[in-house]
Amino acid sequence: MIRIMLPFHLRTLARTGAEVQIEVTAPATQRSVLDALEARYPALRGTIRDHVTAKRRPFLRFYAGDLDLSNEPPDAPLPDTVASGNEPYIVFGAISGG
Amino acid sequence: MSRIRVLVGTRKGAFILTSDGKRRSWEVSGPHFGGWEVYHLKGSPVDPDRLYASQWSSWFGQVIQRSRDGGQTWETADNRFMYDGVPGTHLWYDGTPHPWEFKRVWHLEPSPANPDTVYAGVEDASLFRSADGGQTWQELPALRRHESGGRWQPGAGGMCLHTILLDPDAPGRIFIAISAAGVFRTDDAGKTWRAANRGLKSQYIADPDAEVGYCVHRIARHRSRPHVLFMQLHWNVMRSDDAGESWRNISGDLPSDFGFPIEVHANEPDTIYVVPIKSDSEHYPPEGKLRVYRSRTGGNEWEALSKGLPQRDCYVNVLRDAMAVDSLDPCGVYFGTTGGQVYASGDSGDSWAPIVRDLPAVLSVEVQTVQ
Repeated sequence: MIRIMLPFHLRTLARTGAEVQIEVTAPATQRSVLDALEARYPALRGTIRDHVTAKRRPFLRFYAGDLDLSNEPPDAPLPDTVASGNEPYIVFGAISGG
Repeated sequence: MSRIRVLVGTRKGAFILTSDGKRRSWEVSGPHFGGWEVYHLKGSPVDPDRLYASQWSSWFGQVIQRSRDGGQTWETADNRFMYDGVPGTHLWYDGTPHPWEFKRVWHLEPSPANPDTVYAGVEDASLFRSADGGQTWQELPALRRHESGGRWQPGAGGMCLHTILLDPDAPGRIFIAISAAGVFRTDDAGKTWRAANRGLKSQYIADPDAEVGYCVHRIARHRSRPHVLFMQLHWNVMRSDDAGESWRNISGDLPSDFGFPIEVHANEPDTIYVVPIKSDSEHYPPEGKLRVYRSRTGGNEWEALSKGLPQRDCYVNVLRDAMAVDSLDPCGVYFGTTGGQVYASGDSGDSWAPIVRDLPAVLSVEVQTVQ
C-alpha cells in the first residue's frame, strides 16, 4: 500500500483528502504509482504528467520524505520507506510568491 | 419572465451572476474552481443548463469542466487535446520554426444544435471538437495544415485560436480567428479552410497583401445576418459584408481604434459595441475614462457611453472575450474588466452599473437569457 499526498488543487479536483492510499504491484515506481493514482482518479490525468510526453509538469515536484525524486527515472524503484507505506509519496506545487 | 445568467471567467475562478429579467438585483455564485484561471465558460444554446468551462493553471495544466444544472454542480471532462498526426512547426517570435505544442483552451463554443457537441479553440492555434459532451476531443486538423500554417506566429499573448463563430443556418460554415494569423473560414465543417483577411492592414506586416499574419482580437456578428462580420483588429475596427471575402475599416471617429472586444446588439444588427483602449503599449482606456463606444450605423459613426462608468483614474482593460449581450428588449450589454468589475447595462448601453466590483481580473463574460 502506497500513501500519496496531493496538493490542495489536486485534492479538490479528485474530490479526496490530503492523502490517498493505493495498492501497487511491487516493485513500486513513480510511474506505477502515478499510473494507479490516475486510474483511480481520472480527473488527475494530465494534471501531474503531460499527456503526450508523460513527463512531470514543470511546476510540480515529487518527494519521498526529504528525498527529492523529481528528476529521478520514473521506473526506478521507490525507497523502501515509501514502498512500505511508512512515508508518503508527495506531489506538491512549486511555491508562488508575489 | 426570463432570467439572466452571466458566466464570468477570471484569473482565480469562475463566477455565475443571476438576475430576473429586470436586471436590477444580482446574486453572485462562486468562485467555482477557485484559484484556477478560467479562460472561458459558455452554455449550450439548446440546453442552457449545460455549461462548459476551461480551467487552467501553470502548475496543473488544462482541465475541462461540464455542468448539467446551470453551474450548481460540475464534473470533469476529458482534457486530452492531441494534435492529429505529427504536428510539425509554426514560426516562433524570432522567426525560427517551433513545434506545435498544446498549452490551453481559450474558447469553448457549444453547438447551436446539439448540447453534446462543443468546439474548443486552443493555443497553439487549432480547433478541436467533441461530439460526446467533452468526453473525447478530436482535432479538425485541416485548419492547422492550411498551407500558411507553418508561417503562423504568436502574438504577445500566445498563438491562440480565440474566436469561433458557428452558423445555425449553415452548419458547415465556421469562422475562426487566431492571434496572430487572422480569420479563417470553412464551408464544409472543417475539411477545408481558407484565409479570410483581404482588406486587413497591419503596420507590423511589410507585405500589404499578406494572406495571414494579422492580430485579429475578436470577430462578432448578428444571427440574422451571418454574412456581415465585425472585427476588432489589433488596431482598427473592421467590417465585412461578404462573409469575410473582404474587409473595410469602420473605425471612423473612435478616440482610439485599438481594443479587444466587439459585440453586436441582440435586436439591432447594425448596432455594435467596442471598448477603445489607448494603445497596444498601454492597455488602458484613453484619458483614464472607461467608455464603451456604440455605433448604430454599422460603424464609422460612434458615440461614447459613459453614464455609470468611472470617468477618472480608471486604468483597467477589457479583454477580448469579456463582453456579451443578452437577448431581451431592450438589449442588455455586459462587460468585465481586469480590475474585477462586471458592468451591466439594461438599456442597450445608455447607462451602466456594476453587478459586482471586486472579482479577480475578468477574462471572459458570456450571457444566457434563460426562459
